[in-house]
Amino acid sequence: MTKEFESRPNGPGQLKVFMRSREASLVLLIAILTAITTVLNPRFLSPQSLKDLMLNVSIIALLVLGQTIIILMRQIDLSISSIVGITAFLSGTLFIGHPGVPSVVVVLAATLAGLILGGVNAALIAWGKIPALITTLGTLYIFRGANYAWVHGRQINAVNVPGSFLAIGTATFMGVPILTWIVLILLVVVAIGLRQYGAGREYYAIGSNPNAAVLAGINVSWRIATGFLISGAIAGLAGALWLARFGTVDATAAEGIELGVITSTVVGGVAITGGVGTVVGAVLGALLLSVFSSTLVFLRVPSFWQQAFQGAMLLLAIAVDAYLAFRHALRSRVKWSHV
Amino acid sequence: MSSEPTIELVDIYKSFGSTRVLEGVTLPLFPGEVHSLMGENGAGKSTLVKIMAGLHLADKGAVRMGGREVLFRSTAQAQHAGVSVIYQEPTLFRDLSIAENVFMHRQPKTRYGWIDYAEMNRAVSGHLRQLGVSLRPEDPVLGLSIADQQIVEIIKALTFEAKVLIMDEPTAALSLEEVKRLFEVTQRLRDRGVAIMFVSHRLEEVFAISQRITVMRDGQVVGSGPIAEWTTEEVIRKMVGRSLDALYPKEKVDPGEVILRVRNLRRAGVFKNISFEVRRGEIVGLAGLVGAGRSEVARAIFGIDPLDSGEVSVNGTHLRNHTAQDAMAAGIGFVPEDRQQQGLVMEMTATRNATLTVLPQVQRFGFVSREKERQIAAQWTERMRLKGHIDEPVNILSGGNQQKVVLAKWLATKPKMLIVDEPTRGVDVGAKSEVHRTLSQLAKNGMAIVMISSDLPEVIGMADRVLVMHEGKLTAELSRPEATEEAIMFAATGQTTSRIQSKESKNNPKSSS
Repeated sequence: MTKEFESRPNGPGQLKVFMRSREASLVLLIAILTAITTVLNPRFLSPQSLKDLMLNVSIIALLVLGQTIIILMRQIDLSISSIVGITAFLSGTLFIGHPGVPSVVVVLAATLAGLILGGVNAALIAWGKIPALITTLGTLYIFRGANYAWVHGRQINAVNVPGSFLAIGTATFMGVPILTWIVLILLVVVAIGLRQYGAGREYYAIGSNPNAAVLAGINVSWRIATGFLISGAIAGLAGALWLARFGTVDATAAEGIELGVITSTVVGGVAITGGVGTVVGAVLGALLLSVFSSTLVFLRVPSFWQQAFQGAMLLLAIAVDAYLAFRHALRSRVKWSHV
Repeated sequence: MSSEPTIELVDIYKSFGSTRVLEGVTLPLFPGEVHSLMGENGAGKSTLVKIMAGLHLADKGAVRMGGREVLFRSTAQAQHAGVSVIYQEPTLFRDLSIAENVFMHRQPKTRYGWIDYAEMNRAVSGHLRQLGVSLRPEDPVLGLSIADQQIVEIIKALTFEAKVLIMDEPTAALSLEEVKRLFEVTQRLRDRGVAIMFVSHRLEEVFAISQRITVMRDGQVVGSGPIAEWTTEEVIRKMVGRSLDALYPKEKVDPGEVILRVRNLRRAGVFKNISFEVRRGEIVGLAGLVGAGRSEVARAIFGIDPLDSGEVSVNGTHLRNHTAQDAMAAGIGFVPEDRQQQGLVMEMTATRNATLTVLPQVQRFGFVSREKERQIAAQWTERMRLKGHIDEPVNILSGGNQQKVVLAKWLATKPKMLIVDEPTRGVDVGAKSEVHRTLSQLAKNGMAIVMISSDLPEVIGMADRVLVMHEGKLTAELSRPEATEEAIMFAATGQTTSRIQSKESKNNPKSSS
């Protein structure tokens, strides 16, 4: 017994902990990719190309913020692309129907609409006890179908949208697009929320062990509901920003982007089995995939390869996670056999 | 010891459906005292624990703390009142740190409303030091041993300033060294005036740590008093309440030829050097603590889990491929530990479940024939007196009846030998004795049976021979007269290997090898 009182050497230092983290490997990968591409094509680091890269990644990264919360709880939200589509068109019709309406009002209206649609998911999953995969697959189609019915072949064009609103997607501050600033600020908010507030830790707890979460006194249904509400609201905001970025919106807007968002989140180290990962890692995952596809464009790789590469990246990320988990299990077992 | 109990259960009744689990149980826990609760599986201990933990409400009776009646509707209420429970398998968040696990849902906050990680780590660090445990509060729970996870649970209880600490079979999965540490921690808590309830099957431990013992049987308290009034024999007599032979009707059978022979089975990190034989008409008990590797050996013999090396032969035929198909073809039946997950399709009827292993026999023109299904199922379900309707989905049957369906399913394949893993876990007393009667009859009719069980009286009563495992190795082979509770426990905790050596040197005269 006395030997157990001996103080154990302190754990690895903070720098070492960071170097071993998923975030560090992502940063490293992004740096390597950027370096290789720049050597092959120096225009890759031109201001215009960097701005394009930031704009391309911003909306995906924004949606990743919501998806991270969802996946941390061992849930999934497939319906986000349809919510983006509806709220993008809603934002456009608000500008057309009410000329001179302040952009802030439009953004808030889109966010509120997203919150309500997210509420549908929340109610079905948290209280209806329908698995999230099924619920959001259903609402993915329902929301998109309703959108088609409502849009009815119409289209929003850049001329219908005030220039001050479009500036969100074009203007820059300190060389960084306004759109990207908005995402960065929200990233900080969500990162702090998940790390520094009890509610944030409860998302981790639920994904890690739902039964233990109940025993700890967490209101699991409500906590899951808030996740889908946040994911919906973020998708609503993303819808308004989609309009600002592209100017043109029809019924097909944002179709299919949910898969890229989920891929980014998982590549960014948020375990699909819940409980593990950070929102910073997830956004780095989105950035990595974005840099990767730009690289392929700059290297003139045919575009159909891009999707294949993205899929390969996802499988690689999951394989790495599985390998790390296996190694960990092996280590614990070795410890056990020495008891 | 002290006069006023910290918590007292008074005349508690509890039923689940038509099964009465607790009947008028009264149990006081005193401050600064370790009170052991003993009883066979199914005596009602777990239900009693769950009532104190706030997971169940009693149908009748009262829980009193400090002389006042309390009502726990949730675990949170029980915890805040000062009652903490440590379960055999701790329920923790494996992805989060030790400190986060301790403070989940009630983290200390800084002035700005952020979580105060420094304070959290400081508090947990202090407890870890006091308990003499070399863990760091920032360590993730992932990878901690069960013993260390229990320490985390104990610290959680301490931060709730628990007045009552209930430990439900905490030592079942621990090594001897870990048990020693747990007891030191327990004694420290006792000295601080915590009322501790210790639920255990291990007599040696109970006598080492308790000041008071209560024995339950069939939902009632059958004896309670200070440790000085008890002897080991008295506790066992009260627990069992009737002679072993009446409860476990294993008929004497002269063992025939060797049916199953395994040689030097090894799977890295799980088990090694496993060799034994089972003969016709014999029931061989496989005893050991949870995690000793018993189920893993059984699963490897049946071909579900991989083997690194070793031989399995049935009736002299060597099984080469180690697949379940091979094992079944050779005549092995396997009744797994977890009925609901591995043994049954819960939504299907009993009839359909019972014939799943013999689908080709119930087909007519390639389609399943209901009539043939029923015929085949009835052969066994009737013999086992399966109560309830055999055309109802098995998820509405009682645990005992479900187990009979699993048995019927394997018996339909007409196996030469049967491996049963925890055949009576979670089964009521009546159904239990019927499962035992069935097994005994099967052995009499020439089947070879390997029975894995953690229920020591069951092993002692049913088995012709008992093999004991400890941490992946066979540590003893005991004949029926040698197989006492103490002898099995001794080997199961890895305290000797002398017995198995002496046994081998004696050279069993009936051995054909």
